[in-house]
Amino acid sequence: MTQTQETVVLTGHIIDSLILAKVLDRILMMGGTFDIQDMRIGKTREEASRARIVVRAPSAKLLSEILHAIQPHGASVENERDCRLSAAPADGIFPDEFYATTHLSTQVRVHDQWVEVEGIEMDLGILVNPARPTARTVPMGEVKRGDLIVTGRDGVRVIPLQRPRDRDVFSFMESQVSSERPHGRVISDIAKRLVQLRTGFREGKAGSKVLLAGGPAIVHAGGREALAWLIDEEFIHVLFCGNALPAHDMEVDLYGTSLGYGHAAGRVVPHGHEHHLRTINRIRAIGSIEAAVRSGVVKTGIMAACVRRGAHVVMAGTIRDDGPLPGVITDSLEAQATMRRAIPGIGLALLVASTLHAVATGNLLPATIPSVCVDVNPAVPTKLADRGSFQAVGLIMDAASFLRELARELGWKP
Amino acid sequence: MSRLLVCPPDYFGIEYEINPWMRRSNAVNSDQAIRQWHHLMQVLEQDVGAVLERMRPVPGLPDLVFTANAGVVVGGKAVPSRFRYAERQKEEAYFENWFRGQGYEVVTLDPGRFFEGAGDLLGFPDTWFGGYRQRSDIDVFSTLSDWFHREIIPLELVDKRFYHLDTCLCPLSGGELLYFPPAFDHYAQEALAERIAPSRRLVAPEAEALRFACNAVCVGKHVVLPVGCPETESLLTSRGYLPHPVPLDEFMKSGGSAKCLTLALD
Repeated sequence: MTQTQETVVLTGHIIDSLILAKVLDRILMMGGTFDIQDMRIGKTREEASRARIVVRAPSAKLLSEILHAIQPHGASVENERDCRLSAAPADGIFPDEFYATTHLSTQVRVHDQWVEVEGIEMDLGILVNPARPTARTVPMGEVKRGDLIVTGRDGVRVIPLQRPRDRDVFSFMESQVSSERPHGRVISDIAKRLVQLRTGFREGKAGSKVLLAGGPAIVHAGGREALAWLIDEEFIHVLFCGNALPAHDMEVDLYGTSLGYGHAAGRVVPHGHEHHLRTINRIRAIGSIEAAVRSGVVKTGIMAACVRRGAHVVMAGTIRDDGPLPGVITDSLEAQATMRRAIPGIGLALLVASTLHAVATGNLLPATIPSVCVDVNPAVPTKLADRGSFQAVGLIMDAASFLRELARELGWKP
Repeated sequence: MSRLLVCPPDYFGIEYEINPWMRRSNAVNSDQAIRQWHHLMQVLEQDVGAVLERMRPVPGLPDLVFTANAGVVVGGKAVPSRFRYAERQKEEAYFENWFRGQGYEVVTLDPGRFFEGAGDLLGFPDTWFGGYRQRSDIDVFSTLSDWFHREIIPLELVDKRFYHLDTCLCPLSGGELLYFPPAFDHYAQEALAERIAPSRRLVAPEAEALRFACNAVCVGKHVVLPVGCPETESLLTSRGYLPHPVPLDEFMKSGGSAKCLTLALD
């Protein structure tokens, strides 16, 4: 939910007259909120005081009603400037002094009107169409010569995150990440969210999809069955991964090993290191993961569940990949763009056991989407939590334990 | 010595309706109005000892008689009013010319901001009060506070019958305040209560407030107010003031009384 806001200025003898109190009370009574940005109190009796107040409301209509109600008491909307626009000098190059986005909701002022920036994501530029007027984020690589890009900071405002209404683990500022806290409560809150989101998803409600970005450690450590169950039960709808997670997942199905380690045997099996290569080769021969599942070659596991449930899978390759599997996107920019297109509609992101995919996904997510980062390495959740979101929860734990505990909480019986 | 600006009621009448008191059907008895006005002048000059400056009345401007709304004058500086209603905006030029003709330094507010003079701005030597919401805009008071180097406490008027501050609040020379609290919102009532000790707050009863008990002219210990306000008179007497009740009901048909008919000059 995006808040709308406007800055108002109140001057005069506003303290003793209780005019300031009245204006602030009125804002709250009407359902708005405020932040006093500057407050200058007159030093003598004659000297006036001045307050700069940011007024926020959940809708533009309510904001306008509030502004209308406080205006007779002297709260006048501060004059603000339009944002500055400069043409991109060439394809793939932003103009100098381009404004770089944060992951927080942002608005730009065009023709004296605040326009919401679409597709908010950190570290991008803002492309404005002044004729409509509209604004959207644009990655450096996609800017075209002559595109009008916001430069400088005038006429740009970033809307701070509201504290979420739900009273669960996401409603507290969870920027500190610690391995010394019990996980049970956090996992149980995540499970409750997943139940709510699944209901929303089944009713076709926007923002109800759950994304999991994960690494192959999920398979190696034994979280495969739990994750497959979560996908089968429609708790997870989008999967971001690389080449390795699907390769080892299907290796388990075809050979009973992951990276040559026999899951049932509990030891490395002879020539097991070849199994993932043979798996990739087999799928390449069939043509696609989907065909391998639909033809019954691959019967169990994460990819099989994705195909059965129609989950949206984006596989982004890296330079160490074997194969890769069909469907893996080997061009990084194309992979980034494909992941970006999958973000709208996401209501919760689980970033599990992959530094690369967790950070890449974190960069794409607006701050309004709650995220849970699970890793045995504290550096990864810490890095993501430091993005300053209210709703980034970090868990220092093994991927398989997390997924198994989460699935059990939701009714999975291993 | 107190100097007051007044304007004879030669053309006074009810020709339009811009407050709840005015009804065109309730015609003014002109002879009676002239008699009442001259009686008021006599009390002000002879009993109170004020010096009166008379403006020339203008045909077609029936409310020019209410000189409290000419503007505000302090220390040789005059700020003419900017009336909210078009009916009274025609008076602005006459008042402004009068101030200029008398040698005042005239400072004017930007057009589009409403300010109805001493009708909405009155107070004690250090602290002034500004009535807003009915006629004057609140933001003129911070400008006036800069120009006159005075603290101005804005007070919201919430009852249409008390459309100017001087219809419901009258600061007295000894520091007391005669007023009618329900004419103000609770923030204004609270602000007044915090500033003025209970013993100095004289509350006019509603029936008398509606007879314009607070629309009084205070010069030293003399208080000129409309007749028919015995409780207010005894409140004033108890604080050592000398009330002078004057019949002014012809002017009350238009929503004004003693204070509205005068503007303090200094």
